[in-house]
Amino acid sequence: MAKLILLGPAHDAAGRREDHFDGVTLDDVLKEAVIRYGADFGTLLEVSQVWLNGEPAAPATRLESHDEIMVLPPVSGG
Amino acid sequence: MSSAPTSDWISITENPLSPDELSNWVIRPNCGAVVTFSGIVRDHSSTRENVIALEYETNSELAEQRLRDVVDEARARWPALERVAIHHRIGRVELSVSTVVVAVSAPHRDAAFAAAQFCIDALKASVPMWKRELWEGGSAWSDETSPIGNARDQ
Repeated sequence: MAKLILLGPAHDAAGRREDHFDGVTLDDVLKEAVIRYGADFGTLLEVSQVWLNGEPAAPATRLESHDEIMVLPPVSGG
Repeated sequence: MSSAPTSDWISITENPLSPDELSNWVIRPNCGAVVTFSGIVRDHSSTRENVIALEYETNSELAEQRLRDVVDEARARWPALERVAIHHRIGRVELSVSTVVVAVSAPHRDAAFAAAQFCIDALKASVPMWKRELWEGGSAWSDETSPIGNARDQ
């Protein structure tokens, strides 16, 4: 089971800071997350980056248990 | 969280920042130039007046890793750099208070100015950090955003 970490505006859109998903690929988890959280999250996801274990990853990447998926909306530091 | 001071001092912290402390820390006997940048909470953004505070959110472990990438890239571009310190606040920061401080030292000013500018620009572009603007009676995530990039691409 993979952990989804929702940062900044993504945690507001999802209503939580982290969650857990079953899924074979990264794309499976993201599609399920949009179903679970709704259209606003889907809109934000379109402009966000998704990293797997701290690095950018392709949607087709196969997941292993204890993988950490991070949703990173456009940043505004400084 | 704070790394052990060596030649780099990186920190993501809820505590107040001290530009003077960082400016003094980067001083080295062979360096004739120290450049310090301090980013401050201002009372407006491009879309809003009457901002009274900012609230920053991050994943500290990831943010520190990305700050290290910024410093590594700065050292690759300006090998003459001596010390580099970058501290960023998280949590609520009030009007006119420092949210981020970058301090660098080098033997000469050209490298120090260029590296300090690079560090704050690369930080803003590549470190996972989000700010919420607060005003009397409300708040919203900042509209002044950019897709997260890599320090080496700045």
